[in-house]
Amino acid sequence: MRPFHYTRATDQPAAISAASAAGSKYLAGGTNLVDLMKEDVERPSTLVDITRLTLKDIHPTTNGVSIGALAHNTETANHPLIRQNYPLLTQAILAGATAQLRNMATNGGNLNQRTRCPYFYEVGMPCNKRDPGSGCGAIGGINRMHAIFGWSDKCIAVHPSDMCVALAVLDAQVKVAGPQGERTIAFTDYHRLPGDTPEKDNNLAPGELVTSIEIPKNNFAANSYYLKVRDRSSYAFALVSVAAALEMNGKRIKQARIAMGGVAHKPWRALEAEKVLIGKDATEANFRAAADAEMANAKPHDYNKFKVELGRRAIVRALSRAANGGAA
Amino acid sequence: MNEDLINKVLARDPAEDPHQDISEFGADRRRFIKQISALGAALIAFHNLPTLSVFARELGSSATTSAGGVGLADAVNVRFTVNGSSQSLSLDARTTLLDTLREHLDLTGSKKGCDHGQCGACTVLVEGRRVLSCLTLAATLDGASVTTIEGLAHGEGLHPMQAAFVKHDGFQCGYCTPGQICSAVGMLDEAKRGDASYVTADLRTKPAAVALSNDEIRERMSGNICRCGAYPNIVDAIREVHTGKNVSQTWQFANGTREVGE
Repeated sequence: MRPFHYTRATDQPAAISAASAAGSKYLAGGTNLVDLMKEDVERPSTLVDITRLTLKDIHPTTNGVSIGALAHNTETANHPLIRQNYPLLTQAILAGATAQLRNMATNGGNLNQRTRCPYFYEVGMPCNKRDPGSGCGAIGGINRMHAIFGWSDKCIAVHPSDMCVALAVLDAQVKVAGPQGERTIAFTDYHRLPGDTPEKDNNLAPGELVTSIEIPKNNFAANSYYLKVRDRSSYAFALVSVAAALEMNGKRIKQARIAMGGVAHKPWRALEAEKVLIGKDATEANFRAAADAEMANAKPHDYNKFKVELGRRAIVRALSRAANGGAA
Repeated sequence: MNEDLINKVLARDPAEDPHQDISEFGADRRRFIKQISALGAALIAFHNLPTLSVFARELGSSATTSAGGVGLADAVNVRFTVNGSSQSLSLDARTTLLDTLREHLDLTGSKKGCDHGQCGACTVLVEGRRVLSCLTLAATLDGASVTTIEGLAHGEGLHPMQAAFVKHDGFQCGYCTPGQICSAVGMLDEAKRGDASYVTADLRTKPAAVALSNDEIRERMSGNICRCGAYPNIVDAIREVHTGKNVSQTWQFANGTREVGE
């Protein structure tokens, strides 16, 4: 690992000031950043330790719940407010990583974790995300784990988070603070598609710090499900995952929210599928029609063509389980 | 000194080669390999200079006394508690908790398996919560309390989880075992406070405590890899401690007995 300067921030303004300098990075749980530094992918000159900041609170708001950026994944998933009202978020968090990692990882860090594309991780390979302009090793390479939606000719990496797939469905808002003050970003605008600048994972400005994630009230708690399909039954990144949330009126679907993980550079909100379901009955035929509508736009690569049919079936199964109160 | 070594290697007269009586090709090849090796060693030493200088400083200062004001670039002072004993160290900012334990405090029970957070062999308890020491920078732990495998036993008396691993033969080579045991201890505390896992059926109601099925134990322990494949015995050991009830062993000695330590 390359040498860096370590500084511990005692308050938020000091943290933002220190992290606004070129080459500085925030350090929270470190589960991804420290690993990337060991791999020589991340080379910060300064780490600003923000673990002592008071951004750990999870509390009810007038319109829902606020979860602190520095609350750990474990506390968030198991908080009674989250389990009762947003079990989809609990399920998605618990689908990711391992207990040890979730005990360390923070909510803000989960949003800002980087892709696990092996070409991004291997500094001997070209990668436009790691080294802009060097090319993309995954295009024409081994791209089994890569994107089928929204990719560009510069990058086909996927965002690795499970938690963020649920947050995309829950219409969350991300509160950030930076050198220019505070602002709120809609969750689906937080992460970005690669386009010509895949080195940018999200729309944070330099020095901006995630302070909390706000989740509005909804009527999805009784009918939601997070399905994760992976190469082994635990501790693996998603080949395809689906967060499905339904608001039911008897057998009729009043509202539907669907997002997919493992398929794009950001959590992929399946808006085409959602449109198909509004006002329809919760039947397998309707779920299949919704899945077909979404997957019609998929553009796979040489090694991940299987994700199209897998994604179709995963949408149908996740919707079926959501409609059935989470049970099989 | 490193630059001197590099210059010496580069400037060496080929006529000095002791193998010049060997055929030209062989001599060139050997000389080339020797030069490259020496150059490589010099470059590696040069690259690691900051680390080496910190190690050198550490040797001169007791691990139990404050080494504050050492004046190293990128050094951090860390005071924390490990297995009940307070420690004050001056460390290179890059030092992980795992390397601090193994290289600075002589606590080699925690193992370095992958060093990338993928195997769980380095699992320790920080403030009672299981974490990966290989991805934890020691600098972040100022004021924290750490428990390693060495801190679980009371003298010669094994922690119940250690005793259960022995009884159920929950290991073969033993390399993953300290991490497995620390992880299992942390995991049972999580279950006691009602935490859920991905295989928990009812997420919406948080119970006072969770009764763990074998599937629950497996899912909750998925961060600890055992390449010997001792998983069934590890699950038995954890189930015995979790339930407080005897779980019968699935193995016996060649003479038909099962008692350990007789």
